[in-house]
Amino acid sequence: MAIATIDRAPTAVPTELARGRGGGGPASKRIVVAYGFWIFILGDMVMFSALFAAFAVLRGNTAGGPTGAELFNLRNVFIETMCLLLSSYTCGLGALSAERRHPGRFLMFAAVTFVLGAAFLVIEATEFAGMVAKGAGPSRSAFLSAFFTLVGTHGVHVAGGLIALIYLAAQVIAKGLQAAVLRRLLCWSLFWHALDIVWVGVFTLVYLMGAP
Amino acid sequence: MSDRLFEDRTPGVEEHEPTASYLSYTVGLVLAILATIVSFVVAQTNLLWPPGIPVGLIVLAFAQIGVHLVFFLHLGTGPDSTNNILALAFGVLIVFLVITGSVWIIANLNSNMMPMTAQ
Repeated sequence: MAIATIDRAPTAVPTELARGRGGGGPASKRIVVAYGFWIFILGDMVMFSALFAAFAVLRGNTAGGPTGAELFNLRNVFIETMCLLLSSYTCGLGALSAERRHPGRFLMFAAVTFVLGAAFLVIEATEFAGMVAKGAGPSRSAFLSAFFTLVGTHGVHVAGGLIALIYLAAQVIAKGLQAAVLRRLLCWSLFWHALDIVWVGVFTLVYLMGAP
Repeated sequence: MSDRLFEDRTPGVEEHEPTASYLSYTVGLVLAILATIVSFVVAQTNLLWPPGIPVGLIVLAFAQIGVHLVFFLHLGTGPDSTNNILALAFGVLIVFLVITGSVWIIANLNSNMMPMTAQ
């Protein structure tokens, strides 16, 4: 082992091993693009943190209206959570299939991801519509305003993700799994997994801590 | 990662072979589902000492977020993750400041309010 180490000149070190630690030359475009998108996601997280803070502050201000315990159906929330978790999983499997250049398998996993994401949105929209019909719309109390803003913003992100997924699937069909498309897929999967992380915060803070 | 320095690299192996694997996603899914189920059970039963339930839920949420970061977003100890982790650390700092700062300040204002009669 020691001899092997000496035999290898420092220049023979594969550059990707030194990257990110101040040496080894510029990182590949894939790494740089993912880093930039990661910064965007963190910015999005900061925005969500403001909404979480608003909800945490306003959760008790029900103005005599219904409280979370009266409105939330934890069984639905559990199903929503499972939809998002499984869609994160299939999204990851789709990303792997794409990296291994299996467009057919990728499209199948993308379809499953889309269906699970859409199921989540349908359940959430039904829940919102039911609450509004009961007179518990966003204008009823500060608690409900904060609730609809926080959960609704997450839902809008999921809807945006689904639209982007259709767009990406069309690109994979039209252009094939070329490098640029793979980078977009990588960014999309980062976005989708990040939404799942936000949802962990939502179901814990809003639903589980508000229900009992 | 760094022991790959001393490995023989097979010719023809791609420079960027995928680091993630089906196994990693599956392990992540199982752990995440486990954390979710435990959260829902803890919230709806008295398995945990009732005043400690919020703390337990927050701990479980952080555990699940960690699982997501490692197994789904693949933040690890590899050199390509270094910058992402630094950025994440900064993001976590800002998120922490915004949330605890708001809750702390408003709770303080609230307790200094003039007592109001219930309408």
